[in-house]
Amino acid sequence: MQTIYILWLRQVKRYFRSKSRIIGSLGQPLLFLVALGFGFGPIYQKAGGGNYLQFLTPGIIAMTVLFTAMFSGIETIWDRQFGFLKETLVAPVSRLNIMFGKTLGGATVAILQGLIVLVISILIGFRPHLLFLPMALVFMILIAFLFTALGTAIASKMEDMHGFQLIMNFLVMPIFFLSGALFPLNGMPKAIGWLIKINPLTYGVDGLRSSLLSSVHLGLLGDFTILLIAVLILLSIGAYLFSKIQI
Amino acid sequence: MEKIIEVKNLTKKFNGFTAVDRVNFDVMTGDIFAFLGPNGAGKTTTIKMLTTLLNPTQGEIRLNGFDPTKDKDDTRRSFGIVFQDPSLDDELTAYENMEFHGVLYSVPKDLRRQRIEELLKFTELWERKNSLVKTFSGGMKRRLEIARGLLHHPKVLFLDEPTLGLDPQTRNHIWSYIKDLNQKEKITVFFTTHYMGEAEKIANQIAIIDHGKILVQGTVRELINKTKTKSLEEAFIQLTGHTIRTETASALDQMREKRKFFRR
Repeated sequence: MQTIYILWLRQVKRYFRSKSRIIGSLGQPLLFLVALGFGFGPIYQKAGGGNYLQFLTPGIIAMTVLFTAMFSGIETIWDRQFGFLKETLVAPVSRLNIMFGKTLGGATVAILQGLIVLVISILIGFRPHLLFLPMALVFMILIAFLFTALGTAIASKMEDMHGFQLIMNFLVMPIFFLSGALFPLNGMPKAIGWLIKINPLTYGVDGLRSSLLSSVHLGLLGDFTILLIAVLILLSIGAYLFSKIQI
Repeated sequence: MEKIIEVKNLTKKFNGFTAVDRVNFDVMTGDIFAFLGPNGAGKTTTIKMLTTLLNPTQGEIRLNGFDPTKDKDDTRRSFGIVFQDPSLDDELTAYENMEFHGVLYSVPKDLRRQRIEELLKFTELWERKNSLVKTFSGGMKRRLEIARGLLHHPKVLFLDEPTLGLDPQTRNHIWSYIKDLNQKEKITVFFTTHYMGEAEKIANQIAIIDHGKILVQGTVRELINKTKTKSLEEAFIQLTGHTIRTETASALDQMREKRKFFRR
């Protein structure tokens, strides 16, 4: 228990200390919100979609959580060759606890980033329904855990940072674009529709959007269940691969 | 004298390549043991097996009476280690790095505080205890790592090239701490280095390994007499030859290069 706590604490402390990283990583979501939100807003409205900023913001929050979570997971590569992870791996503690502590820390940071984007979006003009805010938080937590675990799993298998671009362009970006974060998902070609269905973030974005916009529907329970199962599977895979790391 | 480390027939193969080949040696309690060899000789692989990070293909190890492949946690509590690459968290303070280690090794809170203070004073870092490690010089980081490695009262301290990249003043300083420790805390020291002068000055037992095999073991005097040379450096060259080892750069080497670029 203490191991998990101290690993979590370490990551949260690091997060609050690197102000430039916090601000730097907020640039992208902010740009997306302003450029896309105000740029496509009028067209979306004309097409009868309603207020685009309302539609877009939950997607951007999901994006922020996705990117931050993936990144903290993948950081493990760096950490394991030079750093801290080496020190933890020779300590008399179980790898499972180390992995959980790290994932918990990474997920916490991702959730905090997501919450900051939520606050900023409100300043820009987003109007969430506060009633279901706790439910939105639940979805953010699930997305954060899902992708921190995925990042850790990938990092456990990667030798160096060379593959990072590959993962960004062929995994993270498709996950983001094919999740319904930016546009409604009806009328997609069949093949793409299929990809969207197996993309776990699709359910995260749907859950987050429904809770924030208070358009709560029965599918929400399905979103929750699918995400939860995905989280459990990825956590197990991550824990397994992490336990096999050799340094 | 008791044996604190016993190694019998230790072998490690990676896909057919034998990195460590039927190695035998003992380290006595209280020794300062230098483990020398050219690059790629099998030093790091041996240390990894001694410290539970790698399982041997064959052979037996006893460290403080424990088997690193079976009694992992007991073995881990028995040693402290300073890796070749710094393994501190730059974004945490010196004290926080120590605290973290203490928690991982479940050192009780009061004892932890007392021991951290004692060790940071010993390595002359107490005044800087609340500074972030990224503001430390290379020598200060090394000292902090040594202090951290000792926090849980280990019986053996492993040091993998502890003075690499440090200036002569700092190197002297580090060795004087290590010698002090060895005397005051009766701790066994097991180290590797490429600076033969340092090994000659500080170690009372030396083993030279090459191509995965131990070539010779003994005191400095014994090694020099055996090879009929004048210094440890000459003895070392005579035993291991003049050829420069060609090593293919591993992913780790490439990252080491990049890290220098990013972090300096």
